[in-house]
Amino acid sequence: MNEVRVGVFVCHCGTNIGGFLNVPGLAKYALRLPHVVFAKDNQYTCSEAGLTEIRNAIAENKLNRVVVASCTPRTHEPLFRSTCKEAGLNPYLFQFVNIRDQCSWVHMQDTERATEKAKALIRMGVARVVLLEPLEETQVEVNPCALVIGGGITGMTCTLSLANRDFEVKLVEKEDRLGGTLNTLYKLYPTHEEASKLVQAKAEELKKNPKIEVLTSSEVEEVKGFVGNYDITIRQGEKDRLFKAGVIIVATGAETLKPVDMYGYDGEHVITQLELEGRLKEGRLNANTVVMIQCIGSRNEKRAYCSKVCCLTALKNAVLIREANPDAQVFVLYRDMVTQGTIYEDYYGKARETGIMFIKYSPERQPVVEDGSVRIYDELLGEELILPYDLVVLSTPMVAHLDSADLAQRLKVPVDKYGFFLEAHVKLRPVDFATDGIFVCGCAHWPANVGESISQAYGAASRASIPMSVGHVKTEPSIAVVDEDECSGCGLCELTCPFKAIRIEETEKGRKAKVIAASCKGCGACGAGCPQKAITMRHFTDEQLLAQVIPLTEVTS
Amino acid sequence: MTFKESFEPDILGFLCNWCSYAGADLAGVSRFQYPPNIRIIRVMCSARVDPTIILEAFIRGLDGVMVLGCHLGDCHYMTGNYYTERRMKTSKNVLKSVGLSPERLLVDWVSASEGERFATLVKDFTERVRKLGSLGKETDLEPQQLRTRLTAAKEALAQERIRWLVGRERELVEDKNVFGEKVSQEEFDQLMLQTIKKEFAKIRILLSMEEDTLSVKEIAQEVEASPREVLRNMISLERDGLVSVVGIEGNSPKYRRTGV
Repeated sequence: MNEVRVGVFVCHCGTNIGGFLNVPGLAKYALRLPHVVFAKDNQYTCSEAGLTEIRNAIAENKLNRVVVASCTPRTHEPLFRSTCKEAGLNPYLFQFVNIRDQCSWVHMQDTERATEKAKALIRMGVARVVLLEPLEETQVEVNPCALVIGGGITGMTCTLSLANRDFEVKLVEKEDRLGGTLNTLYKLYPTHEEASKLVQAKAEELKKNPKIEVLTSSEVEEVKGFVGNYDITIRQGEKDRLFKAGVIIVATGAETLKPVDMYGYDGEHVITQLELEGRLKEGRLNANTVVMIQCIGSRNEKRAYCSKVCCLTALKNAVLIREANPDAQVFVLYRDMVTQGTIYEDYYGKARETGIMFIKYSPERQPVVEDGSVRIYDELLGEELILPYDLVVLSTPMVAHLDSADLAQRLKVPVDKYGFFLEAHVKLRPVDFATDGIFVCGCAHWPANVGESISQAYGAASRASIPMSVGHVKTEPSIAVVDEDECSGCGLCELTCPFKAIRIEETEKGRKAKVIAASCKGCGACGAGCPQKAITMRHFTDEQLLAQVIPLTEVTS
Repeated sequence: MTFKESFEPDILGFLCNWCSYAGADLAGVSRFQYPPNIRIIRVMCSARVDPTIILEAFIRGLDGVMVLGCHLGDCHYMTGNYYTERRMKTSKNVLKSVGLSPERLLVDWVSASEGERFATLVKDFTERVRKLGSLGKETDLEPQQLRTRLTAAKEALAQERIRWLVGRERELVEDKNVFGEKVSQEEFDQLMLQTIKKEFAKIRILLSMEEDTLSVKEIAQEVEASPREVLRNMISLERDGLVSVVGIEGNSPKYRRTGV
């Protein structure tokens, strides 16, 4: 094995470090450490002059390890790693030591002790770099075909967006026709365009695109593989269809809660907003006094969330009822009217002006639906009102499909406590799942209106097309590795991994954990809990971490 | 009158790359000052920190260890810090059985935007450890005795039984088992304490036998336990094939360690 030859570069960072620590002294100290054959201080190690010095030193001194003591790896590690690479050194043989953000800047009053600490930090860095191993990123090809699950407005939009980028798309819909929830809606707020027209336009566009295959009356039966290489089994009637896909988009939507045994719901005189849409669409609404009640079955203990679209749906339907029949009286009983944004607030203001009556109730004093009238305690008037009605309309929330948990399990992605699909990060990765190659959009994720669903569909299509456009995904080389001889196949790692990147498989040696390199993110949670200590976390091995556990007394002695 | 030099605790911090390390960087950018006693080791996720590494740090003479991660629910790896929380809870319990203050191990959460909070945490922790004093002086134990106990604690944390329990805690406490039963947090904590006690005792016995063949009485003396308790452990260790009787001296059997 080659002799380990470490080069240490200590940065002044102008006066940021040099003004507080004895930087030349640190370089001198580094030169005395085991395996260090070269050490130097630079004004700015990250400047072109500094980087050239690193490249030259690697060549001239046959360095096979590099340590830079300067700022933070969070901003500068990629730069120094690629400098090492340019000089022919594996970028994983580089170690960062932070003596600015976590030393010179935070111990300005005690420069002597700060210099001692910096010495210790450099010593720790050198101790680790000696043990680092070269790692190679590997590439996995990505199949340029997408599977979109769900043929509602979200899934259709996403499919079109992907196909227009020239990717093949399989669109799977469990009903016998495309359109989803929009098939049951009348007009959409705030523009009052007909839902059926929107669906029709999208469906025609889909039909014309040769890149798209639509599979109706079909369901996802099995998903195997990982980003770029999914093996999909679709159940279509009696037969199975098998194909490969590089990415998967979940656009399965949601359903509306049916308020069985609530508020006198009978589907006849007491109906839901969704059922009202049907009657409006067919022009068979015959009611002069309509009482709508908001927040039925939501914002309570069982379902704490606000379904977001019900307030505007109620407003829109109230307006449409009055448009069709100007003599009709509409009461909206609400807890809070949620109409955020200028357009919707405006829409609300106009609805009030047309004479729709809004009555505020509190969750402690719920409206009571009786035969022919609704009793309601008006929070603002402070008295009970009795409202006769021809029709009561209950605004119930969107709820997750009953089978969404099944699908989640098949895809190995999480759902939240209400059964909606859970994204990787609310702000950083809002349409991604934590599992690479799987994305979510529309109401499958959370109640959303049509506009929002379409935006999310474009977002998911855009995110999903990244690996397909690039053609391959790079796999992180600092991943977990299983020692099969030590592994007992207990499965704790499989339970621990949030990315489903490690699983138990039957092998010749029995049940053993296997790491799926393309899915492993390198957090190390599996290894730190393995009962057999059979998992090594590359680049953060026990030895590499323990090498840094050096008491200060050892540094000063 | 002699002036006693004030004690400066030696502290290591394991910080996750995504939140707490970024918080520490922000403390720097904002020039929030804190004592230089802490030295930071970067890990990608706080869940990488194997409890045995914490114990090894104490064996090597560190006075305090901080493990900082993202706030619960904000983990870059989704659930990593929940594992950290449980593993460190166990590590603290193990420290207690060694006779050290669990306060020497701090587990907390710092976001990338909490530079000031990071500086405050470090300041407070440094003061806390300073008050606890040097690790070697917290107990009346001889350095070698303390080392042996810490080594036993580290090995206990490497044991399958404890690691398995820690790894299953969430499942056991939060989900129902196949019989529709749930283990309460108190029941679980109790079970964990018992397991730690048992494993710790067994490993201390094994460590005491590293060089010699010993009788139960001799072992009892060595590990500061009653002969009765030691005998009970010897029977189970023998069953596990870790010790065996190699002869009889007087009335007492002599044991030797067989497993390594």
